[in-house]
Amino acid sequence: MVHALQAGTVVAVLAPVLGWFVVLRGQTFAAHTLGVVAFPGAAAAVFAGLPAVAGYYASTVTGAVALSRFRGGRRAGTDEPTAVGIVHVAALAGGFVLSRLYDGMLPQTTALLFGSFLGISAGQVRVTLVTAVVVLAVLAAIWRPLVLATLDPELARSRGLRVAVLDVAVLLLVAVVVAVTSGIAGALLIGTLLVTPAAAAHRLTARAAVGIPVAVLVAVVVTWASLVLAFVSDVPPGFYLAALAFGAFGSAVLADRVRSVAAAR
Amino acid sequence: MTAVAAPMVPAGGCVRLSGVAVRLGGRTVWSDVDLDVEPGELVVVLGPNGAGKTTLLRVLLGMVAPHGGTVSVLGRPPGAAGCSVDYLPQRRPAAAETRIRARDVIALGVDGHRWGMPLPFGRGHRDRVDRVVDAAARTGVTDLLDRPVAELSGGELQRVLIAQAMTRRPRLLLLDEPLAGLDLTAQGAVAALLRRLCRTDGIAVVLVSHDVNPFLGDGPGGAPDRVVYVAAGHAATGPPEEVLTGARLSRLYGSPVEVLRSASGRLVVVGAGG
Repeated sequence: MVHALQAGTVVAVLAPVLGWFVVLRGQTFAAHTLGVVAFPGAAAAVFAGLPAVAGYYASTVTGAVALSRFRGGRRAGTDEPTAVGIVHVAALAGGFVLSRLYDGMLPQTTALLFGSFLGISAGQVRVTLVTAVVVLAVLAAIWRPLVLATLDPELARSRGLRVAVLDVAVLLLVAVVVAVTSGIAGALLIGTLLVTPAAAAHRLTARAAVGIPVAVLVAVVVTWASLVLAFVSDVPPGFYLAALAFGAFGSAVLADRVRSVAAAR
Repeated sequence: MTAVAAPMVPAGGCVRLSGVAVRLGGRTVWSDVDLDVEPGELVVVLGPNGAGKTTLLRVLLGMVAPHGGTVSVLGRPPGAAGCSVDYLPQRRPAAAETRIRARDVIALGVDGHRWGMPLPFGRGHRDRVDRVVDAAARTGVTDLLDRPVAELSGGELQRVLIAQAMTRRPRLLLLDEPLAGLDLTAQGAVAALLRRLCRTDGIAVVLVSHDVNPFLGDGPGGAPDRVVYVAAGHAATGPPEEVLTGARLSRLYGSPVEVLRSASGRLVVVGAGG
C-alpha cells in the first residue's frame, strides 16, 4: 500500500504536467489511444512469456511514432481523429483476442486494463521516479519550441524549428508515461490522470504557471483518495480514479460557468 | 519602457530582386521579376489565386530557391538575415483555438524558438516582459494581453500576432494574407497598423493580399509605395497608379483587362482570366 501511494504520487505529479500540453494540442484522443494500445502489447508479452512492461513500452512507442504522422491533418492523407479511432478499435480487439488465446481470459487482464495496487515493489517505485524525472526534464527542455509549434507550426518552421520532431517527441513522452502509469491506473483509464485533471485546469485558466499546479493538485488528491478507497473496498483503483477525476472536471466546468455568469453581470 | 532603436539602413536596400524566376513541380511559376524595397516602404503583392504570390514571400524567406536572377534580403542571401526578417503566415485554425494568453503568444516572439522553459523571474524574464509590453503598446493590443487568444476576434488576433513579430524588432516584415477572414473594420485597423509601423518605425513591409483596397484608404501614410502584380508567369512592379491600370495589366495578362474605380473609390480588376 505504501509503495502504491509512493508510485501513485509520482505518477500524479508527472501525468498532469504532460497532460497540460496534450490538452493544449488537442491530442487527448491520441493519448487515450496510446493507453488502449498498451493492452495488446502487454497481453502479447505475457502470452510470449515476457514481462508485461516490455509489451507496454514496445506497443506504446510504436503507436506514438505511427500516430504522430497524422498530426498534419488531412494533408497527411487521413485526419488525426480518424486514424486514432482506427488504431483504438484495432488495439482493443487485438488485446481481447490475445487474452482469450491464453486459456480463456488472462487473469491479469483486469489488472492490465483497470489497474491494481498489489505487487508494486520498491524497485518499481524507483523506476517510476526516475522515469518521471527524465520525462519532466525533457519536457522542460522542449517547452518553448513546443508551445510555439503548437500555436503555429508554419511560423515555427520558418524560425527553424523541426516541428515534425517535436510532434513525435510529445507522443513518445505520452507513450512513456502511459507505460509507466499502466501498472497503477491501468491501460484503459490512463486518461484519468493524464487528461482529466489537465482538462479541468484548462477550464479555469489559460496560464500554464497556474494551471499546471492546479492539475497536479487535483491528480494527487484524486489518486490518494482512490488508493485508500480501493484498499478498503477491494475494487480496482482505476474505477475510483475515473469517477473522482470526472467529478473534479465537472466541478471545474461548474466553476467556469459560475464565473462567466458573474462576469456578465 | 525600452526605447525602439531606429533601424540602420542596410546597404542595398531591404529587398532586391533582379530577374528572378521560380520553378515548382516542373513548371515555371513566374520569371523575370524585379523588385526593390527600401526601409519604411509598404509593398503589396497582388494577383489571382495560384499566381505565385506566396511563393514570392517564400523566396524572400529562403524557403524556396530561385532559378535564376539574384535575390538579396537586407544585403544578404535570403534566409540568412535571422531575426531581422519576420514572417506572419496565413492564419491557421490552430492559432485561433489554442488556449493560451495573448501575452504568452507575444512572448513567444522573444524566445519561442529557444530551448528550455521561460522562468518567471530573473533578468531574462524582465526583459521579455518589457518587450511584450512595448510590442503590445505599438500595436494597440495592451488591453488584450491577459485574454486567451481563443476568445479574440479575427482582427484582434491578427494584431496580437503582429505584436509577436514586433518583439523581434524586424527590419523587414513579410505577411501572407493578413486581412483574410476579417470584417471591413478589422481590415482597416490592421492595414492602418501596418502603414504606421512602416512610417514611424521604418520597417519595410511586404505583404500578400488578394485585395489592395484596404490599403488605398485615406488613412495615415497613404497608399502602398509599390505593388507587385503577379499573374500569367510574370509580374508588374511599380507604384499602384502605374501598375493598377487597364493598359499595364492587359500587357501582363496578354488579354484585355480593365481596372474600374467604383463610386466609393474601390478599385476592381475586371476581365482577368483568373
